[in-house]
Amino acid sequence: MAIRRVRIFSLFERFWHWSQMLLIVILMFSGFGLHGFHHLLGFEQAVTLHTLAAFSLLLLWAFSIFWLFTTRNWRHFIPTVKGMWQVLRFYSFGIFQGEHHPYRKAYWRKHNPLQALAYLMLKIVLFPLIWISGLVYLFYFLWRDIPHATQVLDGVALIHTGAAFTIVVFVMIHVYMLTTGHSFKEHVMPMINGFDEVDLTPEEEAYLLKDQPEVLG
Amino acid sequence: MRPVLRFSLALLLFAGLAPFAVMGEGQWPTPPVEGKPPPQISGPLSGGTGDHTKYEALKQPFASGPEVTKACLSCHTETGKHFMKNIHWTWEYRNPDTGQLLGKKHLINNFCTNARGNEGMCAQCHAGYGWKDESFDFTNEDNIDCLVCHDTTGTYYKTPNSAGSPACSVMFEGKPPIDYNLVAENVGLPERANCGTCHFNGGGGDNVKHGDLSSALKNPPRELDVHMDAKGLNFACTACHITKSHVWAGSRYHVLSKDMEGTGKPGQRRDVATCESCHGTAPHPVDSLAAFKRNDHISSVACQTCHIPEFARGGVATITNWDWRTAGKLRNGEGYHEHGYTQGNGEERYTYKSIKGDFTYGENLVPLYRWFDGQMQYTTIDTKFNVAKPVAINDFTGSRENADSRIWPFKKMTTWLPADMGNGTLVYTHLWGEDDDSYWGNYDMGKAIAHGMKKFGLPYSGEFGFVETFSYWPITHMVSPKEDALSCQDCHAEQGRLQGVEGVYMPGRDHNRWLDLIGTIAVFGTLIVILGHALVRIVAPKGAKH
Repeated sequence: MAIRRVRIFSLFERFWHWSQMLLIVILMFSGFGLHGFHHLLGFEQAVTLHTLAAFSLLLLWAFSIFWLFTTRNWRHFIPTVKGMWQVLRFYSFGIFQGEHHPYRKAYWRKHNPLQALAYLMLKIVLFPLIWISGLVYLFYFLWRDIPHATQVLDGVALIHTGAAFTIVVFVMIHVYMLTTGHSFKEHVMPMINGFDEVDLTPEEEAYLLKDQPEVLG
Repeated sequence: MRPVLRFSLALLLFAGLAPFAVMGEGQWPTPPVEGKPPPQISGPLSGGTGDHTKYEALKQPFASGPEVTKACLSCHTETGKHFMKNIHWTWEYRNPDTGQLLGKKHLINNFCTNARGNEGMCAQCHAGYGWKDESFDFTNEDNIDCLVCHDTTGTYYKTPNSAGSPACSVMFEGKPPIDYNLVAENVGLPERANCGTCHFNGGGGDNVKHGDLSSALKNPPRELDVHMDAKGLNFACTACHITKSHVWAGSRYHVLSKDMEGTGKPGQRRDVATCESCHGTAPHPVDSLAAFKRNDHISSVACQTCHIPEFARGGVATITNWDWRTAGKLRNGEGYHEHGYTQGNGEERYTYKSIKGDFTYGENLVPLYRWFDGQMQYTTIDTKFNVAKPVAINDFTGSRENADSRIWPFKKMTTWLPADMGNGTLVYTHLWGEDDDSYWGNYDMGKAIAHGMKKFGLPYSGEFGFVETFSYWPITHMVSPKEDALSCQDCHAEQGRLQGVEGVYMPGRDHNRWLDLIGTIAVFGTLIVILGHALVRIVAPKGAKH
């Protein structure tokens, strides 16, 4: 086993991450404006911005899902309990003792178990909750004449807003986690230049050296 | 009656009936023509196929209106039969859904109370000649008044069909005789001023009743009404209130609150005066995301709600509160009136009249917004109600769940109106008459009510009082230019225009308090946990750092 600097985030993945970040910030800002928490945008501007950003994000997700499944990268998000306890213990105690993070990135496991689970939940629970409720909300006038439409609308608004609050909480924790390593910069750089230190098996190393030398830093 | 008293009564009545007097002074029915104004747009009938100055029938000497009508009908052979079906003639309407018998012939309104029994005065606005009591012949075509709607000279006028209180007749004296040949040879399609003669003056004065129909619409700028704009589209009333055999589209007794049929095929829709019948059911050009949403809104929101942000605009005020309880106060035994309101165009309005009571005026008013399915339920002369509570003269129905309902703007009128407190009904008040019971001239409400009820064989307990009444007037005229229409946040905001509209969750207006509370706690709780975690990291002993 050898620690090598490996490009773990492809250009698409980095583009995906940062454009997603930008769109989510726009959606949160315009969305909480629509909800009445601030009045920095007119309602019409906020609706326009929110809708455009939402459709852009859906398009981005369509590409990302295609990418995940055609490149086998979806496997990074398979949940596992292996190593979960150590990670939880680290954030609860070890981090205060100056311990090292117990997890070592592997080539086919670039997220620690807690990260993988959190991102998976984001992808299969929280994001679908907000985009499905958002589309139903947006197209209210197509279904306004079904029975109990107003109660349904109440529920849809509740789910959409509730999911938005939850995403805010996720973003806060997500950003805070960046500060928990050696430095904030060290955590952010992989998502900028793609490279991070990864524990490679000799087979992986040999393969990458021969077939994808550009992936090794 | 002593001459002095007679003179002062005359003055008083002149004041009380000022709107009619004003009309008599040259605005009846059209203002004097200066130059040649551009023709108003009247729909497909514009143009005409005959020149009325060339018709022999109109060259004969006329001494009265009915003689002119006879001449009109000698060529327009079917028009009399057509006209007699329309509400301007019948003053009667049977609502097909509620079965209620409505129309001015029967209803009580919360302005000048009732036309019934007061036709001698009120039927000046009947499109006929001579209706002063029950003996009027509704089957005689010669009684139709063609000229009041079709005069284009501005020289035609009408006076009350009966003299009224001895003091009243003087106010209608001294008018120049009508040159019937001139008027008849110059007939044309009705213009705004023709319809406005009555419709701008409903309730006894300029814009008193509707709030969105005033003399300001005779010659309005674009800002006041984008369709009637005299220098622009210049629509006559009949451009929208389209006509088929002298029956007009657009009834207040039977409102089409939601028109999803739209324009129909070319030339086919002659049955509605809805916005959609011209603008279609996707009226906003789709040039932005917001325009999509605006077009969506037409299934919930009437066009008028956004496009008539305020009514009683253009400098003419409307009455919003009327108090009959204070009517009948006398000074030195005589009725009087008080000025107290100067409206936008500089004209003084009376805030008290002995014959009517106290008034409150309003201009540039924000309407009341409610779900409305087009159905009005009237409190008629035979409706019993609890006199201790306010009663709606025309209550309306509508809700989010009702497929025909949309959110509509209304003028809400509040009036303390005479009522029979013993029987719990409204009353027919005898206002106009030559006898000693007529309220206008004698100021005895008890006698006036007893007379009005007895005349129609209606029960009256003898105990009159006043009840608080409401009436609701859908706002549909005075359409603003699009740049003045409401914007999203006028409604999508807390305490916005639609604050009182129930049954729908509106983003920006509505919140789930619990969700907001839990969400806010979650966000700030997370922040506190993060800060706590960070603090412990900073102060905790670092231990075995490599």
